[in-house]
Amino acid sequence: MKEFEPKIVCFLCQWCTYAGADLAGTSRLKYPPNGVVIKTLCSSRIDPQHILLAFTEGCDGVFIGGCHPGDCHYQTGNYKTQRRIMLLKTTLEQLGIRPDRLRLEWISASEGRKFAETMKEFTAHIQELGPLPKANLTEE
Amino acid sequence: MKRIGVFICHCGVNIKDTVDVEALSEFFMSRDDIVHAEDYMFLCSDPGQKIIKKAIAEHKLDGVVVASCSPTLHESTFQNAIEEAGLNKFQMEVANIREQCSWVHNDKPAGTRKASLIIGASIEKLKLNESLEPTSAPLTRRAMVIGGGIAGIQTALDIADAGYEVVMVEKKPSIGGHMIQLSETFPTLDCSQCILTPKMVQLAKHPNITLHVNSEVKDISGFVGNFKVTVERKAQYVDPDLCNICSDCSTVCPVLVPSEYDEGLGWRRAIYIPFPQAIPASFTLDIDNCLGLSPIACGKCAEKCEANAINYDASPTTFEVEVGAVVVATGYDLYPVENIAEYGYGKYPDVVTSLQFERILSATGPTGGVVRRPSDGAEPKEVVFIQCCGSRDPEHHLSYCSKICCMYSLKHAKLYKHKVHDGQPYIFYIDIRAGGKRYEEFVQQAISEENVLYTRGKVARIFNEGDKMVVFGMDTLTGKKVEIRADMVVLAMAVVPSYGSDELAKTLKAGTDKHGFFNEAHPKLRPVESLQAGLFLAGACQSPKDIPDAVSQASGTAAKVMVLLSSDRILHSPIIATVDDDLCSGCGICIGTCPYGAREMDLLTRVALVNDILCEGCGACIAACPSGAAQQHNLTDDQIANMIRVIALGDE
Repeated sequence: MKEFEPKIVCFLCQWCTYAGADLAGTSRLKYPPNGVVIKTLCSSRIDPQHILLAFTEGCDGVFIGGCHPGDCHYQTGNYKTQRRIMLLKTTLEQLGIRPDRLRLEWISASEGRKFAETMKEFTAHIQELGPLPKANLTEE
Repeated sequence: MKRIGVFICHCGVNIKDTVDVEALSEFFMSRDDIVHAEDYMFLCSDPGQKIIKKAIAEHKLDGVVVASCSPTLHESTFQNAIEEAGLNKFQMEVANIREQCSWVHNDKPAGTRKASLIIGASIEKLKLNESLEPTSAPLTRRAMVIGGGIAGIQTALDIADAGYEVVMVEKKPSIGGHMIQLSETFPTLDCSQCILTPKMVQLAKHPNITLHVNSEVKDISGFVGNFKVTVERKAQYVDPDLCNICSDCSTVCPVLVPSEYDEGLGWRRAIYIPFPQAIPASFTLDIDNCLGLSPIACGKCAEKCEANAINYDASPTTFEVEVGAVVVATGYDLYPVENIAEYGYGKYPDVVTSLQFERILSATGPTGGVVRRPSDGAEPKEVVFIQCCGSRDPEHHLSYCSKICCMYSLKHAKLYKHKVHDGQPYIFYIDIRAGGKRYEEFVQQAISEENVLYTRGKVARIFNEGDKMVVFGMDTLTGKKVEIRADMVVLAMAVVPSYGSDELAKTLKAGTDKHGFFNEAHPKLRPVESLQAGLFLAGACQSPKDIPDAVSQASGTAAKVMVLLSSDRILHSPIIATVDDDLCSGCGICIGTCPYGAREMDLLTRVALVNDILCEGCGACIAACPSGAAQQHNLTDDQIANMIRVIALGDE
């Protein structure tokens, strides 16, 4: 049987994590091809509804990358993101979606290696969890 | 529907090796919503751009996706290309299939699949992209510099020399900052006042510079290019235009006040000139210490003044200045020496701060440049200099390095040695940090030729025994206790942001770090700008700096200000928030979310407006908007949703 290939959407802020992902590329670091990137100016642009939409449309995992605390290009955007994601995780649980299908990481423009490692690890984790069951099915 | 063309770059073999570019262009060509697709070896090259331009003309394309390297590299290249072909630059999207695909994957089928998703998502975004032009607003071609130390003076002079008006606001009665208090400067040992006063005079005489001393910024409104700054000026009891600095007034003044200029080691009168070369060259009346302004209370100075320069009826004034840019150059102060009680400052008069020792060394100081200790006026034969007083001590005081103390302590030791030939200077240090041009040579010369004795370690306590100060510490290299019986002790106090700058930061809505230093927009790439657009930084208000660093940064800051002022309109990226008036419920959540104060409630219509110039486009308010009224130009919720759908569908 073909191995399960998770579908992952990655929201990356353009100042830190998107640049970190570019650095992983210029450093030729390899990671699984499951995550596809949507670039935002700041991680705080990401509405929890986008994440819920990703899950309902068939994504198995959602990754969000922002600047380290204190480094946000927009002063405090990443703190807002963190608060929203923490709240959303409790909601996900209530909806029957495992909160660890959603991951928020601070990855700076100089952390190409961290981006590649995080992608490897997160993809493997979602692979382990298996596909997100379709609507009305609660995960174990 | 948009007529979209997809262009896929081989990037030589960089993309082609992991992504089947031919198959992809065939695939996109076959899609109903794509008018044209092709692949080429190097799209960024001149012929590559021509291919895109030709296709736009031939197929009447009104939108283009270029699948290539990261947009950081060639987004502007391709934007320019499609603009030349007559399209708005926002009708082009870069699909990053190199850095985020071909270079990070080995498997060609998987790489091709992922590339098709990246391109697919970019197409969905492009479909709803609007054609936009940068917003623009008229600009006031005038700058304000807050703080008249060396950094502020240099910034003001550079901007003014370029032909722009500068308004300088200084809290104290004279410009000059701390540099005017210094004796000589490292590593050249040239006289501080000799190199600073010509600049001060130049500033005072500059036709483009207006100087307001005894003044403070109280409020700021507006935004980059168009600030309105409210300045409060203390009552001007002595008219600087009439004062001829004859000093008759201070001769008759009965009040003695410790001199700020001499760091409390000397005295001044209640009516005084801060120092002989003060700019403006005028006496000033210290109302807090004056016996009284009415002729009944005292009034001797006004009686004596032949120039009639003294006006007791003066009152504080508040005025508004319109400027396009604001430079913060508020400098530093010393960490409160009272916080280090174990060094006995205040208890023992011969324990002094580094700035006090500068005054003792200075020819214009209380001792006329002769080294005398404060307690009995004797010439100190053994002087201990203690570095890192408050710096690099995260447990008790401040965690950071104050940067300038290693060099100035050594300078003190040298100058002392030059004046007291048989004297012995000792320096307690943690590390000697001499990273600057000719700094290390300065250190080595002092050790080898001037007999400056360095002890690596911290001083635990200072107490007195007879007329000596016993400095009790630990030599961390030998592990032995050290006891030096000194005549005088000089504390190299840590550098902290100048007192009052925290208030100013709040007024200006500028970010500071946890120590109170103003934050730069980016530590490496935008070191002279603050995150607040139109607000710039120069000198030690950003971090501890020596004079060469402060002056270099000041000139850099001036250049950035000049870039801003060089045009009579200010341009701003249009990728910002926008509001649908009909959907906005006027809840105001966005207003609290915005870090720039760009969201504002229209009290009449209860619609939360966006200030196009202030908005930086982070999108925080859009995600927070409960009614979906707020959207981001060219990254709307619909665009994001459509991109998500492409990725979620995968290759099903």
